[in-house]
Amino acid sequence: MSEQSEFDAYLSLSDVTEDDHRWAFGTGFADPLAGLGEAVPPDVDPAALADRCLALGDDALIYSHRLQQWVTRGPELEEETALANIALDLLGQARLLLARAAQAEGSVPGKGGRDEDRLAFFREEREFRNVRLVERADADFAELTARLLVFSAWRLAVFEGLTADPDPVLAAIAAKAVKELTYHRDYAAAWVIRLGDGTDYSHAKMQAALDALWPYAGELDLDATTAAYLDGVFAEATLTGPSASPLAPVAGKTGRDGTHTEAMGYILAELQSVARANPDATW
Amino acid sequence: MPANTDWPLFEVFLRGKRGLNHVHVGSLHAADPEMALRHARDLYTRRNEAVSIWVVPAEAITASSPDEKDPFFAPAGDKVYRHPTFYQIPEDVPHI
Amino acid sequence: MELSETQLSEHFEATIARQGRIEPRDWMPEGYRKTMIRQIAQHAHSEIIGMQPEGNWITRAPSLRRKAILLAKVQDEAGHGMYLYAAAETLGADRADLTERLIDGRQKYSSIFNYPTLSYADVGVIGWLVDGAAICNQVPLCRSSYGPYARAMVRICKEESFHQRQGYELLLTMMRGSDAQKAMVQESVDRFWWPSLMMFGPPDAESPNTERSMAWGIKRNTNDDLRQRFVDMTVPQADRLGVTLPDDKLRWNEARGHYDFGEVDWTEFKTVVGGAGPCNADRIARRRAAHEAGSWVREAAMAHAGKH
Repeated sequence: MSEQSEFDAYLSLSDVTEDDHRWAFGTGFADPLAGLGEAVPPDVDPAALADRCLALGDDALIYSHRLQQWVTRGPELEEETALANIALDLLGQARLLLARAAQAEGSVPGKGGRDEDRLAFFREEREFRNVRLVERADADFAELTARLLVFSAWRLAVFEGLTADPDPVLAAIAAKAVKELTYHRDYAAAWVIRLGDGTDYSHAKMQAALDALWPYAGELDLDATTAAYLDGVFAEATLTGPSASPLAPVAGKTGRDGTHTEAMGYILAELQSVARANPDATW
Repeated sequence: MPANTDWPLFEVFLRGKRGLNHVHVGSLHAADPEMALRHARDLYTRRNEAVSIWVVPAEAITASSPDEKDPFFAPAGDKVYRHPTFYQIPEDVPHI
Repeated sequence: MELSETQLSEHFEATIARQGRIEPRDWMPEGYRKTMIRQIAQHAHSEIIGMQPEGNWITRAPSLRRKAILLAKVQDEAGHGMYLYAAAETLGADRADLTERLIDGRQKYSSIFNYPTLSYADVGVIGWLVDGAAICNQVPLCRSSYGPYARAMVRICKEESFHQRQGYELLLTMMRGSDAQKAMVQESVDRFWWPSLMMFGPPDAESPNTERSMAWGIKRNTNDDLRQRFVDMTVPQADRLGVTLPDDKLRWNEARGHYDFGEVDWTEFKTVVGGAGPCNADRIARRRAAHEAGSWVREAAMAHAGKH
């Protein structure tokens, strides 16, 4: 085979084939919003829709950021891939939700003109609506998996409800997210169980992780089914169910009101730095 | 006694969306079969749910090859690789 | 019937000569096995270490789309490392042992990853130049004589074609953007051009193993051949971008049908390969830290599996 024809063979490797599910970004994935228009239905309050999408989008954006910080720090290469998958899924949810928030906002008189990037990179801290749970840095893999479990179980229940939302775009986003969040939840649960019921050392780590995390779960308003599910996982992991009181609000406000923890400023400084240094640039 | 931190090897077989049968695509390490399945999905399918996955502990596989010329070949079949344990490469071998 | 070593060796050489594949259970000379393990392992290490300089910019990516692309790319690299470790294991190597060899310096990784990523433009330049050079190296390896390695390379090459394209696309966007973006790209190219040429290794005259590796189908092209091919493919791409490559000796040679280019600084190459480059210590320290910090997790997973 001549040298040039060998590179032709390489070039043909990039043709779309059945094997294209390999590439984690871009090919082989169906568009969840295919066929849906941008307009907000007349019976849906656009400002309220924007608020809801922003809150859920911010949860995913900030949590994805924390997971991205684990890249090259995972306990095994297979976990690197798994965590990157989860971070990518949540980033995808954030993008869809922020885009919807921007569209909904756009139909409110006097507002609009923003897009997903404007929202992500150019809002101030107090305009972010994420729960404080997603702001914590994970001290170790036990904290990572414990938080992922609680977050995913909670978010899954929320999105299962949203699959019937009057806004068709939010409903479609929710349908896609439900599959992803089920996967995330099951991944986290398996690890909580492995670490809770592993070695004495891992058990102590996981118990400590759960106890440290639980005050932040107070902000989530877990429904009975989700609470029971979590109790089941904790029991199987041979952990003592956590009992800490919810994290106190600040002047009556919490993450959903735009009042965050001290970690949030550093997260945004990192996340927004390059975009803000080049405010009018296209990337 | 040193802690066991080494996860065993699993072989991965996939049947794609339009495939007719499972094909061997490679291997990975996992602590248990459930983890192996999940890792196989992450690593070999990028989470595509339409793909059917089999994971098998490498040591459970019995294999033979048509081109077998191994003087140690046992006709009853042997492990899928020559040796499941690693080779100690002596330190004084140059260029290794 | 027991075959003599001579007969086994002849069969092996005949397979190589007709461009056939050597598979895991086939007889092979010890030198072939060891060379193959080392080459595949160092390739795997390169993918894993390569996650660090690129991963450095995920959290700061300036658009959500670019963030997703970069995160997916780095995730792919973890996957490529795993495909390659799996191929090395078919030769009797053990991944945990290979990891130890990487961490304590007995095995190496591509020297390009010992350079820092200092601006967001580096993400594009790495995609364009570093992945471009890697593709030049890797496409011929799809014809490696060792079956599992060749198959892993086919899978990897397909995924890397997306990576290179995304990197180049980012640079095209930046070069059509603000003056600050254009300056960022040029500054990045000035830092990465020569290290990219070094990715092809020392000149042929100083590569002692090339002849044997080529005879065994482990290596398909010489270092200088691939380096020349890379330059020839890349110069027109640089022209299209509107960047200047930092080599005043670069010019088309009509008689040769190739680009002439300047001499690589082989002292710098040896320094970096020898361990004293800008990021060597940091790259290994990060890999070691993750491996050690993860030990209790891996152990717990085995303990749990043992109980159930």
